[in-house]
Amino acid sequence: MPVTHYLVLSMALLIIGTVGVLTRRNIIVILMSIELILNAVNINLVAFSNYLQNINGQVFTIFVITDAAAEAAVGLGILIALFRNKETVHADEIDILRW
Amino acid sequence: MQLDSILFYLFAVQILFSALMTITRRNVVYSAVWLISTLVGVAGIYLLQGAEFLAGVQIILYIGGITVLFLFVIMLVPVSEESRQRRFSSQLWAVLIVAVLLTGELGYFLWQGADSFQMGEPTPPAEIGTVTTNSEQIGQVLFSEYLLPFELASILLLVAMIGAVVMAKARPGEE
Repeated sequence: MPVTHYLVLSMALLIIGTVGVLTRRNIIVILMSIELILNAVNINLVAFSNYLQNINGQVFTIFVITDAAAEAAVGLGILIALFRNKETVHADEIDILRW
Repeated sequence: MQLDSILFYLFAVQILFSALMTITRRNVVYSAVWLISTLVGVAGIYLLQGAEFLAGVQIILYIGGITVLFLFVIMLVPVSEESRQRRFSSQLWAVLIVAVLLTGELGYFLWQGADSFQMGEPTPPAEIGTVTTNSEQIGQVLFSEYLLPFELASILLLVAMIGAVVMAKARPGEE
């Protein structure tokens, strides 16, 4: 398989994730869309790692997965604190800081 | 058609369809289950690329860790009355602009073909026989070149763990 096929797949997954972040109201689905975006980045890194025969891309992917785990844990912790205070999980109902 | 082409297109269709399902389902639990399907497809893509260690990490950490975390939080937040409300926010213009821009870039790339990009030349693989397996290669690079980022990642995980516990904990006096 040529590397461009993987790049197109990664790009399409990135578009889907971005549209998910921008359109959905539920914060849990927004966090899932962020995971989709990170997976698109990982496909890209692994594709180039395989194409250039360089292992550094896969090592970087491990760090991206680590960041994804930290981000999910903190994001969901914030979500629980938010639900306890505001009784909502909708992103457009949280507008205290909006002027 | 070769076997790896067939497998690639199978996994690609699975990834994109499941991702679309993830962002369109009304019930959050269904979204999480479709997200699992997407992540399995990405693990298959890793296997096709010869990244066996990452495929294992993807299954164990993403599906076994992060998705289960999502499902736990979904259980803590009542879903029943959520499912009858509006799914999508009303920022249509931002979505249209971003989606059209990104899809335009993708279309331009597809139209121009691979020649429009200057890719680096693949270097010949390292001498065969010294390091053999994928995990061994990753381990050697990770613990020699990337030792400091590796340790920093552990600090990041510690900070994230403490932060998550502090934020999810009930304040004294509440409830």
